[in-house]
Amino acid sequence: MHINTFDHYQTRNSLIHRLDPRVKVVVTVLLILSNVILPDGAWLAFALTWGMLLFCSLFARISPRFLITRSFVALPFAFAAVTAIFTIPGQAVFEFNISSWHLTASDAGLIRFFSILIRGWISVQMAILLTASTPFPDLVHALRHLRIPDIIVATISFMYRYLFVLSDETVRLLRAREARSASLTGKRKRGGSIRWRARVAGSMAGQLFLRSYERSERIYNAMLARGYRGTLMTLNPHEMQPKDWALGVIALVMLVIIQIVGRNYSG
Amino acid sequence: MPIVHDTHLQDKLASCIEHPNGCLLAVENLSFSYPDGHAALHNVSLHIEAGEKVALVGPNGAGKSTLMLHLNGIFLGDGQIQIAGMQMDKASLPLIRAKVGMVFQNPDDQLFSPTVFEDVAFGPLHMGLPEAEVHARVERALEQVGMQIYAQRLSHHLSMGEKKRIAIATVLAMNPEILVLDEPSAGLDPRARRSLIELLRQMPMTMLASTHDMRLVQELLPRTVIMDQGHIVADGPTDELLTDQALLEAHGLEQP
Amino acid sequence: MLPTLPLLRPDALHIPDGFLNLTVAIIFWILTVIFIGVAVRKTRGQFGERQIPLMGVMAAFIFAAQMINFPVAGGTSGHLLGGALAAIVLGPWAGMLVMTTVVGVQALIFQDGGLVVMGANIFNMGLLTALIGYGLYRGVQGRSRKARLTIAGVAAWLSVVAGALLTAFQLWLSGTSALRVVFPAMLGVHVIIGVGEALITVAALAFIWQTRPDLLTEEEPKGGRGWIFGGVLISLAVVLISPLASAFPDGLERVAMNVGFIGTGLDAPFEILPDYTLPFLGETGMSTILAGIVGMVVVAGLALGVMWLLRRPAQAES
Ligand SMILES: Nc1ncnc2c1ncn2[C@@H]1O[C@H](COP(=O)(O)OP(=O)(O)OP(=O)(O)O)[C@@H](O)[C@H]1O
Ligand SMILES: [Mg+2]
Repeated sequence: MHINTFDHYQTRNSLIHRLDPRVKVVVTVLLILSNVILPDGAWLAFALTWGMLLFCSLFARISPRFLITRSFVALPFAFAAVTAIFTIPGQAVFEFNISSWHLTASDAGLIRFFSILIRGWISVQMAILLTASTPFPDLVHALRHLRIPDIIVATISFMYRYLFVLSDETVRLLRAREARSASLTGKRKRGGSIRWRARVAGSMAGQLFLRSYERSERIYNAMLARGYRGTLMTLNPHEMQPKDWALGVIALVMLVIIQIVGRNYSG
Repeated sequence: MPIVHDTHLQDKLASCIEHPNGCLLAVENLSFSYPDGHAALHNVSLHIEAGEKVALVGPNGAGKSTLMLHLNGIFLGDGQIQIAGMQMDKASLPLIRAKVGMVFQNPDDQLFSPTVFEDVAFGPLHMGLPEAEVHARVERALEQVGMQIYAQRLSHHLSMGEKKRIAIATVLAMNPEILVLDEPSAGLDPRARRSLIELLRQMPMTMLASTHDMRLVQELLPRTVIMDQGHIVADGPTDELLTDQALLEAHGLEQP
Repeated sequence: MLPTLPLLRPDALHIPDGFLNLTVAIIFWILTVIFIGVAVRKTRGQFGERQIPLMGVMAAFIFAAQMINFPVAGGTSGHLLGGALAAIVLGPWAGMLVMTTVVGVQALIFQDGGLVVMGANIFNMGLLTALIGYGLYRGVQGRSRKARLTIAGVAAWLSVVAGALLTAFQLWLSGTSALRVVFPAMLGVHVIIGVGEALITVAALAFIWQTRPDLLTEEEPKGGRGWIFGGVLISLAVVLISPLASAFPDGLERVAMNVGFIGTGLDAPFEILPDYTLPFLGETGMSTILAGIVGMVVVAGLALGVMWLLRRPAQAES
C-alpha cells in the first residue's frame, strides 16, 4: 500500500488548474480572511462565498461532493465552539438540565456558534480546492515567488518528497510490530505494559530518526555528485499572464462585494 | 591477499604510465578509513580507458560503494585520483563531478526533488548552464532513457524501474564521460532488469558498474574487477574471470 | 485508507480556519514570523551545506513519527507531536524551522489546521514546544544520561500541555470558547496525552543515545544558555497559570476584561451569565485536581532543578 493516497491533487485540464499558483494561493488566503472578518450571522454573505466556491470547483471539474466529504476533517473541532451557545448573553431560546447543571442557549450564542461553524467549513473547503487543483510542486513555486525564505521553501520541497518515503517506512515498522505482538494475544495483555509499549514506540521513532538522518547524508552525497555547492538553484517555471491578473482582480472584486453584503445584511 | 591475473593489471598500469592522459580514470594507491576507524579501502589502484565497460564485483562490504564515492570527490581518501587528465582537488571538483555521472544504489536517495523535471534539471542547473540549455538537456536526457512523458510526474509516484531510469537521466543531463553505477539492477523485477540492461547497452560512454548480478556482468561488461575487504584482488577480461571457479568462490561470488 | 490516518492529528491542536478571530490570528502570525526570521538567520551554516537535505528529511521524519502510536487504554493511544524531540536533537532554531515546515505542510496538503490561523498553529505546536523542550533540556546539558532523559521527558510533557493551554487561550480570546470549559478540558486531555509524548520522546532519545551517541553528546551545545532562562520561565508560567486558571476561570476572565485584553477582537464582548454554572468544573473537577497535583509536583521539581543549576553554574559549560 502506498501512502500517497494522502495526496489529494486531482489531475484535470481546467482554467483553474492552469491558473498561476501564486494567484490561487493569494486568492484562497484572501477568501478565508474575508470569511474570518465577516460578522456573525452574515448568512447571505456566507452563502455568496460558498456559491463562489462551488462555482470555482465546478469550473475546475472537481466535484463539490469531494470538497464536502473532505471538509469533515475540521468537524471535530466544532466542539470547541459549542460553549459559545450557552455563554454568550442574549435572549434565551431554550434551556435544559443535564444532571446538575442548567444550560441556557441564547440566540446570540446560537448565531455565534453557527457562524463559526460555517466559517470553518467554507474555509476548509477553499483550502481543499486549492490543494485539489494545484500540484504540490507548483504550490512550492508559489511560496518561493511569494518571498517565503529560501530555506523554508527548500525544506518544504524536500519534506514533501520524503514524506511518502518515510511514511511508507513507518507503516512497515508499525506492521512489523503488529506481526510480532499478535503472537502475544491470549497469553497476556496485548503488547505488555504501557511503559513497555511506549518504549517500543519510542525505539521505532528513534530508529526512524537515525534512518532519516543517514538518508539525509546519502541525499546530500547525491546532491554533491550533481554539482551542489551549498546554494540551491531553481528554475522559475511560472510567469504571470494577463488572464492570471484578470482572474485575481475578479476574485478581489467578488470579495469586496461579499464584504459589503455581509456588513449590510447580517442577521 | 594474492593478486590473481596481475599480468593484466601490470599491462594496464604500464600503458597508463606511458600515456598519463590515455586513461580516462586513474586511481593510484587509494586508501580510506571511515570516521569510526573502519578501514574500507587499502591501496586500491584502478585504471580505466575511454570506452571501456567495467564491472566491479565483490561480496557485501567489500568497499565497492566506498570506492565509487571517491570517484567524484564525495570522499577524499589518501592517494591519487585522476579523471580525464585532471587531478582531483578542490578546484577541479566541479568539472570532475560533471565528467563522472554517479548513479546511486537507491533511487530514492538520488531523486530528491518533487518532480522528475526538477530532478533531471538539478545537475545542469548547478553546473551553471543557462535556462534554455537546461531545458534542452532535460528533454534530451529523458528521451535517452525513454521517459519523455514523465517530466511532470512526481518522483514518489514512480515504480522502481522508472525511478532507476530517471536516476540515470539525472546524470546523463550532465553529459558525463564516465557513468558510475552502484548496483543498477538491484530491486528490479525481471522485465525492468532486462529493459535496464538494454538501456545501458545503448549508452556509448565509459562505464563502471558495481553489481551482484553476474548475468548482467556477462552480458554487458567485458572487463571485471573483483574487490574483497578493501583490496582489488583480480582484474581482467570478464570471460576469463567468470570461468575461474576457484577465484569466484574465494570471494563469495557465483558463476552466472 | 490507512488505519493510522486519524492519528495524523495529534489531538485538537490543529486549529482550523474560522475558529480564531483576526486579531488573535494576526498577533500570533507576527510572533511566529519574528521567531522564524531569527531562526532562518541563526540556522544558516549550522549544518553547513548539508542543512537543506537534513532539515527537509527531518521534517518528513517528524511527520512520519507522528504516525507512530501505542495503545494506552480504552481505545485511546499515545503518540508524538515532536516539537521537543526535534529541538533536542537538532537544536532549538533548527527544531523550530522543522516544526514550522511540518505544520505548514500539514495545513497545505492535508488541511490539518487552517491557513490564516497557521501562525497560531506554528506557534503552539512548533515554537512553544521547541522553546520548552530545548530550554529545559539545555539546563542539564553535560549532566548524566539519566538526568538528561528525565528532563527531556518532563520537557516533552510540558511542551504538549503548554501548547494545549495556549490553544485554549486563543480560542477563548477569539470568543469561540468559554474559558471555564475549554481550559480544563484541554488541560485534562493533554495532561494525559503529554505522558505519551514524554514516554516516546525519552525512549527515542535513549535509542539514539545507544546507537549514535555522537548526535547527542557533542562538545558544543546547540543553543546558548539563554534558552534555559526562556524555557524555565515559560514552564513556570504554565505550571502556575494552569491550576489557577482551572480553579478560578471567572477571575481570569474578569481580569482580562478589565485590562481590555479580551474583547478587542470580539464583535460582541461577552459576559458571564450569572446563572450559568458548571459545578463539576469548579475546584472539584477531576482534571483540575489532576492538573493541580501534577503542576505542583512539576513546580517543585523545577524549583529544585533551578537551584541545583545555580549551585554549580559553570560546570556544564567547561
Ligand atoms: N558510513 C560508514 N561508516 C563506517 N563504516 C562504513 C560506512 N559505510 C560503509 N562502511 C563499511 O565500509 C565497508 C565497505 O562498505 P561498502 O558500502 O563500500 O561495501 P560494498 O562493497 O558497496 O557492499 P555492498 O555490496 O553491500 O553494497 C563495509 O565494511 C562497511 O561496513
Ligand atoms: Mg554498495
